[in-house]
Amino acid sequence: MPETETQQQRLSYEQGSATGQPSAKVPFESWGRYPTYDATLIPLHWQSDFPAVVRGTHNGVLPVGLGRSYGDVCLLKGGNLLPTPGMSRLISFDPETGLLTAETGISLAQILDFAVPRGFFLPVTPGTKYVTLGGAIANDIHGKNHHVAGTFGRHVTQFELVRSDGTVLRCSPTENAEFYAMTIGGLGLTGFIRWATLRLKPIVSRKIDYEGIQFHGIDEFLSLTEASKEIEYTVSWVDCTSTGRNFCRGVFMQGDHSTKRDELKPSPEPKLVFPFDAPGFLLNHLSVAAFNTVFFHKQMGKRQVALQDYEPFFYPLDKVLHWNRMYGKSGLLQFQYVIPWNNAREGTVAILKEVAKSGLASFLAVLKAFGDVPSPGVMSFPRPGITLALDFPIKPGRSFPLFERLADMTLEFGGRLYPAKDAAMTAAQFQAFYPEWQQLARFRDPLITSSFWERVTGEQPSL
Amino acid sequence: MSHNNSTFPRKILVLGATSGIAEATCRIWAAQGASLFLVARNTDKLAAVAADLRTRGANFVDTAVADLDDTDRHPALLAHAVNSLQGLDIAYLAHGVLGDQAQAEQDFNTAAHILHTNLMAPVSLVTWLANFFVQRHAGTIAVLSSVAGDRGRKSNYVYGSSKAGLSAFLAGLRNRIDREGVTVLTVKPGPTKTAMTAGMKGSEKFADVNAVAKSIVAAIDKRVDNLYVPFQWQPIMFVIRHIPERVFKKLNL
Repeated sequence: MPETETQQQRLSYEQGSATGQPSAKVPFESWGRYPTYDATLIPLHWQSDFPAVVRGTHNGVLPVGLGRSYGDVCLLKGGNLLPTPGMSRLISFDPETGLLTAETGISLAQILDFAVPRGFFLPVTPGTKYVTLGGAIANDIHGKNHHVAGTFGRHVTQFELVRSDGTVLRCSPTENAEFYAMTIGGLGLTGFIRWATLRLKPIVSRKIDYEGIQFHGIDEFLSLTEASKEIEYTVSWVDCTSTGRNFCRGVFMQGDHSTKRDELKPSPEPKLVFPFDAPGFLLNHLSVAAFNTVFFHKQMGKRQVALQDYEPFFYPLDKVLHWNRMYGKSGLLQFQYVIPWNNAREGTVAILKEVAKSGLASFLAVLKAFGDVPSPGVMSFPRPGITLALDFPIKPGRSFPLFERLADMTLEFGGRLYPAKDAAMTAAQFQAFYPEWQQLARFRDPLITSSFWERVTGEQPSL
Repeated sequence: MSHNNSTFPRKILVLGATSGIAEATCRIWAAQGASLFLVARNTDKLAAVAADLRTRGANFVDTAVADLDDTDRHPALLAHAVNSLQGLDIAYLAHGVLGDQAQAEQDFNTAAHILHTNLMAPVSLVTWLANFFVQRHAGTIAVLSSVAGDRGRKSNYVYGSSKAGLSAFLAGLRNRIDREGVTVLTVKPGPTKTAMTAGMKGSEKFADVNAVAKSIVAAIDKRVDNLYVPFQWQPIMFVIRHIPERVFKKLNL
């Protein structure tokens, strides 16, 4: 029987206990499956569950969504995780304004199921629809339209933040504005986001007018970026295994929502599940290079134009649930930087060279230019410049030294790394990337913490 | 969304509307534009579920707060629901408790409470509903029983016996009123991931509640009599029912 996991994507999230009855400690994984820490799970089902269920807990708590972050921002070693996907109720929707208010355990997939048949779409979406509304706010995620729409948080008009002492704060740009700015991109540390209002945008079709263009080298990428400023969605796939003549070759993908009226059916459910951990031999450098070459040459000819459904355009990997198992038991690390425009070209070339030289395989690297729409979040990752995201299967002894080198290079070029994708940066690196971290420390809820936060600040949970 | 019934929007009464499986089922009906009358014990939870279903497109949603253990209140409550919906096509009984087996083994009052909530209360509700539908020669009564009722096991025989009684009652009722044009559906879910089962050993392997809900909606549309969900529980329970007692009594199931 095919696994249908529409709501609870991650089985590990379900090992919790009835409200207020903590489970035994269970190993808990993020999407990179590294690191894995034991935690007690206390699932939230109803709006009144927080802070009721945390009274009398020890070792800190952390609300978590669907665990699609890669590193340890959604982990709390030895503490209490509060999975939110049981809180996925809609509260109200206004078809005049597109304003949707919902509990924050709802996933973007569930929002799309509701919104698309009604002629609405997410204002910003990442490369997977299996993230929760709360997680999207806490990591202030971005999408292929960052250059025109900014981050997810810009489209969150208000939310309710509940502190562990029971204080309830209605937050918006005009109400409790400081908490609003610290919670967007605040890694879930400022309190529990109980519900939020998101401004959806109208569409008339599921289809995307798509164009794919091959490029060779960073300069072609930059000129394609310049030429596509008016197009809503742009992103590139770049080959980061090749050197020499093929260095920094890639496919520039751009698209707009089709304006031709069409049937707005809901999406079918995913049927494929990656069934087991891939054995190591599937992951050697040669096989990955072959994969990249095939992927690259699928792009027949110089240009490809198509009318494509939004699912494969935005979520090519969501078709295969648990695709992270491709990377085998030891898991994967992601590395995503943004480097500001003044060093963007030089920094990207230097880092891509370092990655190609290392030979540490990566199926997929994603390259994009961020725009200059400001984010409302103090701790938000995006800034104007170039961002590159790479996947690495973890190779003991080799991956981490490379990551440390890449992080230092990022720092030299004036860039920063993305906490939602990180399991490796040092406290010194984080504090240099995010000088605002001390502000977040002041706004943090005294009971809420994460393994990420402990790692990059050295702060212990205050009990 | 297709459904082969005569009236549209369908008028559905849901008892125990804040239970995990009930809520997932109601979301499907709400998206189809059904009219819903929801009954549950907790005012705030009921209001949250009602707002969700209204937003999802239910044609009409009304609610009543009630403790269904209070069987004396049932006739008035059911009459009020029918009045509010201005008719009734489907009655869906989803309330129940898992209870504490270990405590029930030591204390009759605990066992009696499980039996009252899971068996006596549904019998009271279904008796009224069956007679209501028989007068109209139409209607569907869908009730959440459990695979646990197919054979008593040491791990949950008090809960299991309440569900066994419920399944037997529904089978007899079906035999009585099928000829009157009334459908009785006995749903036997295997362990499902909901708030009720959260924290139970092995709950990571339990069925997805949305998949379970989808099967229930389809079974009601097709006028099925008995539904095991997920379907593999049907052969599993067939085997379990046929293990000889002298072997079974020594097993740890």
